[in-house]
Amino acid sequence: MANVRLIARLDIKAPNLIKGVHLEGLRKLGDPQQHARAYYADGADEIIYMDIVASLYNRNSLSDIVRRTAEQVFIPITVGGGIRSLEDVEKALRSGADKVAINTGVVMRPELIGEVATRFGSQCMVLSIEAKRGGSGKWEAYTDNGREHTGLEVVAWAKRAVDLGVGEILLTSVDQEGTRKGFDIELTRAVSDAVRVPVIASGGMGAFNHLVEVVRDGHADAVAMADVLHYKRMTLPDIRESARQAEIAVRTL
Amino acid sequence: MTRVLVVDYGVGNLLSVCRAFEACGAAVELTGSPERIAAAERVVVPGVGAFGDCMNELQRRKLVQPILDYVATGNPVLGICVGMQMLMQVGEEFGEHTGLGIAAGRVRAIPGTASDGRPHKIPHIGWNALLKPSPDTVWDGTILDGIAPGTTCYFVHSFTCVPSDDKLRLADCDYNGQRISAALRVGNVFGTQFHPEKSGEVGLRILRNFLALTQAGSKLTLNPAIAAG
Repeated sequence: MANVRLIARLDIKAPNLIKGVHLEGLRKLGDPQQHARAYYADGADEIIYMDIVASLYNRNSLSDIVRRTAEQVFIPITVGGGIRSLEDVEKALRSGADKVAINTGVVMRPELIGEVATRFGSQCMVLSIEAKRGGSGKWEAYTDNGREHTGLEVVAWAKRAVDLGVGEILLTSVDQEGTRKGFDIELTRAVSDAVRVPVIASGGMGAFNHLVEVVRDGHADAVAMADVLHYKRMTLPDIRESARQAEIAVRTL
Repeated sequence: MTRVLVVDYGVGNLLSVCRAFEACGAAVELTGSPERIAAAERVVVPGVGAFGDCMNELQRRKLVQPILDYVATGNPVLGICVGMQMLMQVGEEFGEHTGLGIAAGRVRAIPGTASDGRPHKIPHIGWNALLKPSPDTVWDGTILDGIAPGTTCYFVHSFTCVPSDDKLRLADCDYNGQRISAALRVGNVFGTQFHPEKSGEVGLRILRNFLALTQAGSKLTLNPAIAAG
């Protein structure tokens, strides 16, 4: 089995690292770069920066943070939030991002997926989905931190986006996000089994067994963690060691 | 200060490569000038995206012959990701495309199923262990000097090099039972499918090893002081 990636997710309201519950009610937690550097030193497999207010104001203010992070952090950096055009993607890559995570931009204009994949490669094009559980075992994709309906059913949208050229999916459960009550296992499994690209499960990590569940039962290829790391409830070396003991493949440092 | 030239042909995240070399103490020149390539101490060919697009850009910018001429000088060359794939004769991504032809063989799609026949995820994204392709493989004095087999590096790709001669394989990795070419060596030319610039401190060590290589006679020697940092 391929190594499961342990990813530190940093939600940003520039210039601060912030954290909310259900992507709302934000608390400031300090300097994002300092956290990113610490997670790098602790063996994070990747870093995700999400500008979570960018969509609201139609802007992206992460460039400086990314630029300075990329000078010292030599693992893949994914940047999301407010990316609407090829120019925005190019700007993010020029700041030092390796991949971009796009939600609103591709919901509004799905052709952007193919444009990004053609110009920069599909490995660069991460589809960001904010999923909320609806009735009858389905999930709906949302934008703007779970505020705006899209009318898109998550699994169908994921499949279509992969056909258009997405190389990876960042799947955030708005229901679970910030609750520390565990990932949405059914959601993760439904998406991961429906597509051939890797899926990053995000939202809900609060205890170690949550990671085991979302990998074993949810078929997640990678796990994004925020709250547990930012509040120092768990450390990456502990998480890695626990994964190994549970026979979940993770990289050795 | 050790100098390294990174070939700029308008694709990908070149900043990461440059910054990683800078963190290793090198003076980095990012350029697409054929004359500058000819004058370089060592050359890096990065690459992100599709094989054909990358080759087209090299051709359009008239960089193919300068790179081949540089390879013939015997100085160290490193291709990263698609930069390694382009060392091969033919790439099969979106139709057949001619590569630089430095290494005999092809670039093929990673099989969409694991060795047990079950579908697995493509692209191959993540940290995977570097393995010696054969018991005779020697990493000392190469870009993998001092790296222990089993050390993990960061991969992101859907295609893999299949050299005609297994002796060109410097390192492999195993993706759900599928053999992936992780690193190649053809004389003074190295390739890594993984991204050393994104592989943490291990990746930086590999880049320092590359900086430590110099031509002596017709061979490359590795300066341990530079490799150690």
